[in-house]
Amino acid sequence: MLLDKFKEMAAFQAELRDRKLKAFGAVTEELLSATEGVVEGRRVILAGTNNYLGLSADPRCIEAAREATSRWGTGTTGSRLANGSFSEHQALEAELAAFFGVGHAITFSTGYAATMGTCATLAGPGDVILLDADSHSSIYSGVKLSGAEVIRYRHSDPADLAKRLRRLGDRAANTLIVAEGIYSMLGDIAPLQEIADLKRQYGAMLLVDEAHSLGVLGERGRGAAEAAGVEDAVDFIVGTFSKSLGGIGGYCVSQHAELEDVRYCIRAYIFTASPTPSVVASTRRALQILRDEPELREQLWDNARRLYDGLKALGLAVGPAPSPVVAVEFEDREAAMAAWQQLFDNGVYVNLVVPPASPSTNYLLRNSMSAAHTAEQVDRIIGAYRDLIDAGLVTPSAA
Amino acid sequence: MADYQSCLAFLCELLQKYNRKRVMINENTGLVTDLGLSSLEVMEVIEQIEDHYDISIPLNILPDVNTVADLARKIRDINS
Repeated sequence: MLLDKFKEMAAFQAELRDRKLKAFGAVTEELLSATEGVVEGRRVILAGTNNYLGLSADPRCIEAAREATSRWGTGTTGSRLANGSFSEHQALEAELAAFFGVGHAITFSTGYAATMGTCATLAGPGDVILLDADSHSSIYSGVKLSGAEVIRYRHSDPADLAKRLRRLGDRAANTLIVAEGIYSMLGDIAPLQEIADLKRQYGAMLLVDEAHSLGVLGERGRGAAEAAGVEDAVDFIVGTFSKSLGGIGGYCVSQHAELEDVRYCIRAYIFTASPTPSVVASTRRALQILRDEPELREQLWDNARRLYDGLKALGLAVGPAPSPVVAVEFEDREAAMAAWQQLFDNGVYVNLVVPPASPSTNYLLRNSMSAAHTAEQVDRIIGAYRDLIDAGLVTPSAA
Repeated sequence: MADYQSCLAFLCELLQKYNRKRVMINENTGLVTDLGLSSLEVMEVIEQIEDHYDISIPLNILPDVNTVADLARKIRDINS
């Protein structure tokens, strides 16, 4: 039967209902600030939002969205190809291109559409895509649609990438390498210098997804490529407005003039309604703030280091280096679910990640920091993890 | 170059460590249906094959691979 394949998911959902575990469907009834809300009747610190700079609640962005709605209405009601662009769309694209120091930018209605659509279009039949094994779902969806030959390289492993480029021979010149700036689940940063060196050596093209690194890395907040000093070697940068910029939507920017032609070949751009005026306006304002207020980035990193150091001091199994995404890994499914519930009951909302969304067979409690978190909030999160140890739900040094 | 039989022999040996159900592994064994490999385990197996033969196996072929024989033929074809 057509729907039989969903039985396994139905059983999992039924289990969650029986356990009253709200990790995957929690309803926020009231947002008190960028970092605090009332979720399922409980006041909690929000530590699983990706709201890296806290701009979703910034009064200046809210006012920009309000003004744009009054001027332009609530929606665009169609595609930019069919309905035309509002001047705001073009202004945002010009500002994005200027921010990244490149000539060309395209905006999309979601980050998923930006990544999927770009990957699906840049490479086609006869071409090759080399993607990191831990790539985001939107990248996997895009490469599947592309018609290109798709080959995985081991996660953030330049030596493995080099082997695969060597094996391609002359076809390396028709290859798109895909990497992410910061990987969303564990918060680790891609080795972009080594990847850029290989890209140059083999004459391939390089696309970097900066979804979790825009506004987070780099002297000017451009992302991991800026931080690694390899922006010149990156052919395409894609990303999202939904994290550090606090809205929704996505972008692709490039130094290549051909991006203006690529635009008219991306189905996820052509056949969907363009971003709403309110989102475009708040994103433009947020981009200005990201550019002009580097202290937000410093505050984010202060909080990230505070959480990382605190969890590490407890002996928890966190990643190798501080990052705005700090994940605690669990081998045991029951312990991970019980730990999520206790954190929630103690007023801390984090992300519970289960395989195959996690990059291994482990379960994750994924924490994302914001510039808007106070030191006291970060300490309360650390304290809630200490309570997990006291409750025997996690063992130091062997989570 | 690797012929079909040598690929088959390599796979049967490699898959033993994933043989939780202790089934008899031969060319008709289903990777998911009989061995119960998860998607992560399938990718682990693929990486080990790639290292052994110094090849890259495109993800595009996976929808056509159900049995050990299917995978052995793909390895042979990529090697040829």
